Amino acid sequence: MDKIPILRMGNFLLVTIQVDLYDRLALNLEADLVQMVSKTNARGVLIDISAVSIVDSFMGRIIGNIASMSKIMDAETVVVGMQPAVAITLIELGLPLKGVHTALNVERGMDLLKSMIGTTEEEPEEEQDDDYLTE
Amino acid sequence: MSFNSHKLLQKQKKNILELWMKNQLADEGLREDLISNEDLRAQSEELISSLVNNLTSDDMEDLDGDNWNPVIEILGGIAITRARQGFSPRETGRFVFSLKDALLTVLQKEIADAKTLFEESSKISRVMDNLSIITFETFIKGREEVILRQTDEIAEISTPVIRVWDGILALPIIGTLDSSRTQIVMENLLQEIVETGSSIAILDISGVPAVDSLVAQHLIKTVSATRLMGAECIISGIRPEIAQTVVHLGIDLSNIITKASLATALAYAFKVLRLEVKRTTITKN
Repeated sequence: MDKIPILRMGNFLLVTIQVDLYDRLALNLEADLVQMVSKTNARGVLIDISAVSIVDSFMGRIIGNIASMSKIMDAETVVVGMQPAVAITLIELGLPLKGVHTALNVERGMDLLKSMIGTTEEEPEEEQDDDYLTE
Repeated sequence: MSFNSHKLLQKQKKNILELWMKNQLADEGLREDLISNEDLRAQSEELISSLVNNLTSDDMEDLDGDNWNPVIEILGGIAITRARQGFSPRETGRFVFSLKDALLTVLQKEIADAKTLFEESSKISRVMDNLSIITFETFIKGREEVILRQTDEIAEISTPVIRVWDGILALPIIGTLDSSRTQIVMENLLQEIVETGSSIAILDISGVPAVDSLVAQHLIKTVSATRLMGAECIISGIRPEIAQTVVHLGIDLSNIITKASLATALAYAFKVLRLEVKRTTITKN
């Protein structure tokens, strides 16, 4: 059985999906990820889907689920590297993934996570910056 | 056919051609700028030979028959070329009708008996009328192809994605947004975001004549798709009338960042990217 590796990077968990997700795999990932979040006390989850070229409504829901689950376990989820075709499909399916943060690539996703976690732990930095990131 | 009008016509082929050419050349609507006399003659000759050959058949009035295919093909080819070259419908019609004139004139000259003349003439008339209808159908089809191609071209060139700053894209939309156009706009924009790694896109709708609930729906879709990609989308160029209609229609744009003009949208983008535009103090150079 295939498994999607979940890597730990400091406070964050990094998930890189390199294959096209099928339903079973996605469900496993969902379960594994929440386990890892609780085990490692991660503050942020970064999911890289740049290699995913096919999504359906189920996959959209799984991503939304992961985000909501992480959220109530006090970890932010950032989805990065979504392909244009995938984005259009999700919108047409009526799944705008509200509550999920997005970024263009892993690097920017990391910056986003850092600033989010930073602002919640330390003093809020700039008002406008905060607005932009939570948009 | 009881009467051998086909043999007569075959014999008179040369005459018909001459007569037809004379008719065509005498016509004031002759477009020498679009087609040379030699080309016209070649076209006419080809059509006549094919036509006269077919007149031999008994099923002269059944144009669906296989043996009419060559004539229809030639006629169709001529009509399509003329449509593309920009001939008017009248000029294309004259081309076929003047052939009918020529045929009838020849028949009139050669057949003495009034009854036979009438019968043959009406037969020829019917055939030629049918051929004219086919010509027109093909001509209009040709014109429609031209229109379709132009529509495609307009759709292609009317959605440019402009890189206004490092990390900021602008997309001025001119003309009505319909579903297919939104699709193209969205695809272009998202592709460009990936290629340039931009984090802000400005959608300028000052060139959109009217915003109804459908257009608003398309705009919201585009903004959501951009957000999924990890970029932010600002809508700018909302004119007072558009603001009025949007509110009257009860469309909720509160989740979208909207700015009155491209300039203010750009200023906002600078603020988000923490860039600053400053007036420099003049230094001597």
